[in-house]
Amino acid sequence: MSLTLEDVKRIAHLARIEVSESEAETYLAQLSSILGLVEEMQAVDTRGIEPMAHAQDVVLRLREDAVSEANRREACQAVAPQVEAGLYLVPKVIE
Amino acid sequence: MQWEVVIGLETHAQLNTVTKIFSGAATAYGAEPNTQACAVDLALPGVLPVFNRAAAEKAVRFGLAVGARINRKSVFERKNYFYPDLPKGYQTTQLELPIVAEGGTLRIQLGDYEKDIRITRAHMEEDAGKSLHEDFHGMTGIDLNRAGTPLIEIVTEPDMRSSAEAVAYARALHSLVRWIGICDGNMQEGSFRCDANVSVRVKGTEKLGTRCEIKNLNSFKFLEKAIDYEVRRQIELIEDGGRVVQETRLYDPDRDETRSMRSKEEANDYRYFPDPDLLPLVISDAYIEEVRSTLPELPQAKRERFMSEYSLPAYDAGVLTSSRELADYFEATAKALGGPLSPSPLPQAGEGDADASQLRNAAKLAANWIMGDLSAALNKEGKDIAGSPISSSQLAGLLKRIQDSTISGKIAKEVFSAMWSGEGEADAVIEARGLRQVSDSGAIEKIIDEIIAANPAQVAEYRSGKDKLFGFFVGQAMKASKGKANPAQLNELLKQKLAG
Amino acid sequence: MLNASLKELSGLLAAKKISSVELTQTFLDRIAALNPSLNAFITVDAEKSLAQARVADERIAAGKAGALTGIPFAQKDIFCARDWLSTCGSKMLANFSAPYDAHVIEQFNRAGAVNLGKTNMDEFAMGSSNETSFFGKVRNPWDVDRVPGGSSGGSAAAVAARLCPAATGTDTGGSIRQPAALNGITGLKPTYGTVSRYGMIAFASSLDQAGPMARSAEDCALMMNVMAGFDSRDSTSLEREKEDYSRDLDKPLQGLRIGLPREYFAEGLSADVARAVEAALAEYRRLGAETVEISLPNTRLSIPVYYVLAPAEASSNLARYDGVRYGYRAPEYGDLTDMYQKTRAQGFGAEVKRRIMIGTYVLSAGYYDAYYIQAQKLRRLIAQDFEAAFRQCDVIMGPTSPTTAFRLGEKSDDPVSMYLSDIYTIAVNLAGLPGMSVPCGFGDGGLPVGLQIVGNYFAEARMLNAAHQYQLATDWHLRLPPLCE
Repeated sequence: MSLTLEDVKRIAHLARIEVSESEAETYLAQLSSILGLVEEMQAVDTRGIEPMAHAQDVVLRLREDAVSEANRREACQAVAPQVEAGLYLVPKVIE
Repeated sequence: MQWEVVIGLETHAQLNTVTKIFSGAATAYGAEPNTQACAVDLALPGVLPVFNRAAAEKAVRFGLAVGARINRKSVFERKNYFYPDLPKGYQTTQLELPIVAEGGTLRIQLGDYEKDIRITRAHMEEDAGKSLHEDFHGMTGIDLNRAGTPLIEIVTEPDMRSSAEAVAYARALHSLVRWIGICDGNMQEGSFRCDANVSVRVKGTEKLGTRCEIKNLNSFKFLEKAIDYEVRRQIELIEDGGRVVQETRLYDPDRDETRSMRSKEEANDYRYFPDPDLLPLVISDAYIEEVRSTLPELPQAKRERFMSEYSLPAYDAGVLTSSRELADYFEATAKALGGPLSPSPLPQAGEGDADASQLRNAAKLAANWIMGDLSAALNKEGKDIAGSPISSSQLAGLLKRIQDSTISGKIAKEVFSAMWSGEGEADAVIEARGLRQVSDSGAIEKIIDEIIAANPAQVAEYRSGKDKLFGFFVGQAMKASKGKANPAQLNELLKQKLAG
Repeated sequence: MLNASLKELSGLLAAKKISSVELTQTFLDRIAALNPSLNAFITVDAEKSLAQARVADERIAAGKAGALTGIPFAQKDIFCARDWLSTCGSKMLANFSAPYDAHVIEQFNRAGAVNLGKTNMDEFAMGSSNETSFFGKVRNPWDVDRVPGGSSGGSAAAVAARLCPAATGTDTGGSIRQPAALNGITGLKPTYGTVSRYGMIAFASSLDQAGPMARSAEDCALMMNVMAGFDSRDSTSLEREKEDYSRDLDKPLQGLRIGLPREYFAEGLSADVARAVEAALAEYRRLGAETVEISLPNTRLSIPVYYVLAPAEASSNLARYDGVRYGYRAPEYGDLTDMYQKTRAQGFGAEVKRRIMIGTYVLSAGYYDAYYIQAQKLRRLIAQDFEAAFRQCDVIMGPTSPTTAFRLGEKSDDPVSMYLSDIYTIAVNLAGLPGMSVPCGFGDGGLPVGLQIVGNYFAEARMLNAAHQYQLATDWHLRLPPLCE
């Protein structure tokens, strides 16, 4: 599975990271070598093995449905780039 | 060419929990922006999701109510995409292993036919925040109060064949989720919204046509109109030699049309994977049985019981089970009116039959009044049954007076209006207004005698064969009795007297 | 006093031989003197630290002191601490201050410990050399031209140079153990789920685990007593009884079975590291332990598996840094997508972006099964290797890192060679097992070598016992880097 420059641009867009043409070339080389490292996995026959998503074989704990969080808008918005009237502002969203 | 419409629905119902699905922030509607968005909802660095027990309980309730299989192990996955109302950059949802698996059905009724719609699956997920497009110097404002509100997404098979069926399904589902107490069903507030997958195919063919998904339909009317428009659009497109493109569309109610949401389509690759912050949700058989034991009698069972136990016509039983509150109201009224029901479902011979017949009559009377005068009055004031100023026992009190001939059906309407405007119990209104029906034959005869004496010309005409004038005499007599004369008795006596 | 153990410091404070304010000031002075040459701290705030020290002194005076009350600790800048900046080594969070404390910070605060400052780290804990920090590289106190390891390099260098009595770290693929080894200190990565991740900025959720970095195993045990424990705010936090990690320190090692994985002593291991590790094993045998050869056949696969799973989780975990609610936002942008893309391109450093890209790729349509699912299946095989091994031995030992500290810049342009240096530590995270690194001598150029000890799930007390007995018999952990003399 070799990576193309188009792949790099598609990934960068999915990840919302701006890349210039020359950066894309660099990424292509670096990501290709990382994928080369990873390629070794493909040779192993893993039929019948259940994927392991968690380090411990434990199940989800359930929380009681009771309000525990008070309004902390002021503290939370103190670190926001741009707020007005309690709202976070972003460039216009077009539906 | 004959076309067949194929529709599947995906419904997002907001689970009516007190807190978010993964945080302890409140879910109450209408709070000041971002005052119910805690660190977890805002996806601040380092904070983690903790799952709300009530969301699982409500999802299981739903699964059991539609007869679906419950997955003993379900898994939360991340659906990754960037959007300003999605703080984490992913939505936590369920893909591979949803909590409610296959096997569910929901019965719909349309005029004279019924049909079971198959439910493919239902999964839990979190809602996003809201983007406010009012002008903030050309920017959009983001309110994350709704972010993290628990939803259940209910997906059907493509089993519906018309917008009418789709609406019937949506209504039945809307009724069910409120019935079992998992969703408030408030469509204006977005607690219940549908996406419709619509395609058309030549009638008689098997293969499904290419479908379009119409997003976010938040009223039954829009659902119907959006589907109807989309069906016309697709048929015209194909008949003009075009092809339907699979895409997401939005319904514009102002123009009554659907339009493509190409922006949403752009390079969709959600990169689902199991959420490493959340472990598998495991549900035991014992838990399922515990939830099952708290389920109320379900609409379909109740409808069938209303038909067998009270001999209600299918239509009446359907209307009266359109909501749990209405069904309860009806049943309380009927029972108060028809006397206590014997605990045995099989009435004994003799007396039991008499009881049952009395109950059936009471039920029919109650059904007529609830579906007639009461519904009309509620509709007029935009109220639902829970907001009725006349309680079931009060209504039964009124109907009892019709049954025992204290008042006529016509007078009952007057009493009903008085009760509606708060003049008290039926008996109090009847007394206060002096509406008690006159069943004393002496009194009625006296009125008739006076009418006959006062209208000699009409009497002569009647007696010479103009039968139609009988109504005139009934009217005059009723008027004279101020409507209180027992109508059957009045008719009988009037006939005798006029006969001379 | 700079070499005093936590127990000794606690004794001095309890006996009023020194106050917490004095102790804290001593270390603040050392930071002022030495940090410019090491860059181990991102944030130091003497006023805040001293205020905490004053409160600790009152608590000691009131007779309400615990084992760590009044002792200053350096906190890795990955832990959110109220009123402190929590940067995670990134421009993205350079001005971020969380309105909450991480569980770990809360636990130290409850214990009456003093926060001495926030230590430097690889950006978002992604790195093995501490060269990816937005706040500049950290230098190794044993040789300032060499890396301190990463990602908890600031904490490791700070402990080694005695800028603090002890520090916290986090370990996703070796980020506590490898810098501990490269700096000649002792570090423990506990069993996954032992220390709550609440308020610890996520890199790869299913692998991240916080732990102590200190001079000795005994100190690590005392810190574990504070750091470990159930926390309902982390769904992966394990509900277990509180345990005393010091309880087994004094047990003799007679009969301890040490497994030596063949694969950890194969090609790629540098000769000087091998020598030091062999000598340490000889010491263990002298102390009564026996060694058995074992095999962890899938060791080689742990690197590819890790470099699929960790970036995949990271690509999603780091999606929240979008310039909307907190953190960096690009100063100039056009539409929304442009704002996202510029913010993230400017806010993240090169290594973080590389990993986000790799993670995005392996999760994307068409590659998910071949990469992500395949890696998860291999993760299970790797965990099963350990399961089998622990039927033959009580603990596993080997080198922590194949080499001693490498030169600054030596591998920074070659991500793959950097990744390969994690070969002995990564599998432990994939399996969720506890692992530690203990100083066991010096290699060429007088650079420290670390001995890795891996235990079965929840075997921390036993591992600490093994490390402590070794430290009673050796003095490697007491050696000071030249910078400090």
